[in-house]
Amino acid sequence: MEKKKKHKLVGLEKRKAIAGYCFIAPFIVGFLVFMIKPFFQSLYMSFTNVDLRAGNFSMSWCGIENYFFAIRKDASYVRLLTEELLRMVVYSFAIIVFSFFVSLILNQKFHGRALVRAVFFLPVILSSGVMLGLESNNQLVATLQQTVEEATASISVTDSLQEILRTAGVGTRAFEKVFEVIDNIYDVALASGIQIIIFLSGLQTIPRSMYEAADIEGCTAWESLWKVTFPMISSLFLVNWVYTVVDFCMRSDNQVIDKIQETMIEMQNYGAASAMTWIYFLIVITFVGITSLAISKGVYYGD
Amino acid sequence: MINVDIKKDTFWERNRKSGGYLFRRKATTVLLAICRFILLFGLCFLILQPVLNKISVSFMTEEDLFDPIIISIPVHFTTSNYTLAAEIMKYKEGFMNSLVISLTTSLVQIAMCTLVGYGFARFKFPLKKLWFAFVMLIILIPPQVISNSLFLSFRFFDIFGIVKMLNHGEALNLRGSIVPYYLMCMGCMGLKDGLYIYMIRQFFRNIPVDMEEAAYVDGCGMLRTFVTIMLPEAKPIITSCFLFSFVWQWTDGFYSRMFLGTTTLVSTSISRIVDSLGAYMQRILGVTVTISQAYSNCILSTGTLMVVGPVLILYLFAQRQFVESISSSGIKM
Repeated sequence: MEKKKKHKLVGLEKRKAIAGYCFIAPFIVGFLVFMIKPFFQSLYMSFTNVDLRAGNFSMSWCGIENYFFAIRKDASYVRLLTEELLRMVVYSFAIIVFSFFVSLILNQKFHGRALVRAVFFLPVILSSGVMLGLESNNQLVATLQQTVEEATASISVTDSLQEILRTAGVGTRAFEKVFEVIDNIYDVALASGIQIIIFLSGLQTIPRSMYEAADIEGCTAWESLWKVTFPMISSLFLVNWVYTVVDFCMRSDNQVIDKIQETMIEMQNYGAASAMTWIYFLIVITFVGITSLAISKGVYYGD
Repeated sequence: MINVDIKKDTFWERNRKSGGYLFRRKATTVLLAICRFILLFGLCFLILQPVLNKISVSFMTEEDLFDPIIISIPVHFTTSNYTLAAEIMKYKEGFMNSLVISLTTSLVQIAMCTLVGYGFARFKFPLKKLWFAFVMLIILIPPQVISNSLFLSFRFFDIFGIVKMLNHGEALNLRGSIVPYYLMCMGCMGLKDGLYIYMIRQFFRNIPVDMEEAAYVDGCGMLRTFVTIMLPEAKPIITSCFLFSFVWQWTDGFYSRMFLGTTTLVSTSISRIVDSLGAYMQRILGVTVTISQAYSNCILSTGTLMVVGPVLILYLFAQRQFVESISSSGIKM
């Protein structure tokens, strides 16, 4: 195979191929040394007992003991894992819906659009990295928020709406999830900066003539949303979905990651920490794979 | 002639002629605009409120924090919180360290990512699709997956046993030094490098190839073409990737904690500020004191403001570069 290909590339093509490899050489080296090697080492470590001694470390094979430890023996891992995964599903969905909605609004023409766009993008800058975890820890600011909330409680529309929906008694548990998301709309808004911009850029590439044609054919705005806008940017749903899920896994307030860090640094149990990471990673990757496959079935690629 | 007549008509007359349609349309537009304003104002307020809250809290004395009447405007205006937070966080030192490290790592990262992105955008070579799939993979793999292994391999650093040979059979302990992180940045494995490669590649693909071909015909080498012709074209995307990289590096806790445990950085010292406050008080007063939660949170707010302040100013001036880059790179899957 390799030889055949080399034969094919002659003259300028060959030179270009070599130049191409030179350009991406840093990536190849970095990938092999800092990704592939640690990746498999970490996989291997999850099956071993890592023994740290002064000056060196040794690994002894112990089969699936670490996995057993993570799932059956550790007191909080499974609970944290299920909580975090459920949260991930609900919030990723909420973030996609929210950012789509906001980008639809921002795509309209009105005064101060640039300002609003800048404000929505602000969290990408401000609550990255360590800042996110601090936000939720800050009791004082939370108290302030509560004061504001209490002052307006008597006129709260959402509360009375919640009351009505609760007493209706249909799909109560689903509603509870929705309420939870609405109560935490701040988190959702914080996490959807990039997604909004991606949707917005997609919306701006849709030619105006399409809407005009739809309008002349007697399409209402609601219909053209579903028949024109939605298919045209459906590929961006896939991008945003993957980005959101992955972003959620890397957030610094992720409790599973905290648990892993704690196991690694405080308990010095590298094997178990690796096993925990791998369980988490495999579940997430499978989830991303299945859902993006499902979404890509519905994506309209045009032409 | 008819046109002139219509222009002279008043709004209501035209409305009557159109059978009420004009008024209805006008009313809907205004109503929608009002709804939109309320909604957007609410959402913007939601995002900005914590920052505003922190600003007001940071100027309060401890007394004010416990006063139920005071919500947002301090009565005893003070800037002592800032002095205290700066002292606890070793702000000057941390600021300089963070600045130097963020600048240098971003520079290295973006230089490397530009090279790689250009390579992916412009050259045809065998296994290109596979390598690009790997770029996607590094976006997907959370760094936490490999963190423990990286941690160990830098604790006992060795390249094929060469270091061990030179260093009397001892592996090199690179933990706590910045070297490994620079190495990783050079190998495009730093913070979110996959994303930068992707964005830069996307940008290069949208530039027409004519200029490069003209350069080749004139006998310009590949590297020279890249440096003298393509780099100036790609200035906008490089600037914005650099800004992103700088900002994310500035607030990053993960890599900083893993590689730079001993260096004072604003991002690591802010996450420890509450504990440091306790230790500081104990050192000053000589006795163990319990600090009220409100006060420690006040210091935390102040510290947070001091950390995000520089970034916020940067964003105010370079807002366009941040936002436009993502829309201009035309992300598609």
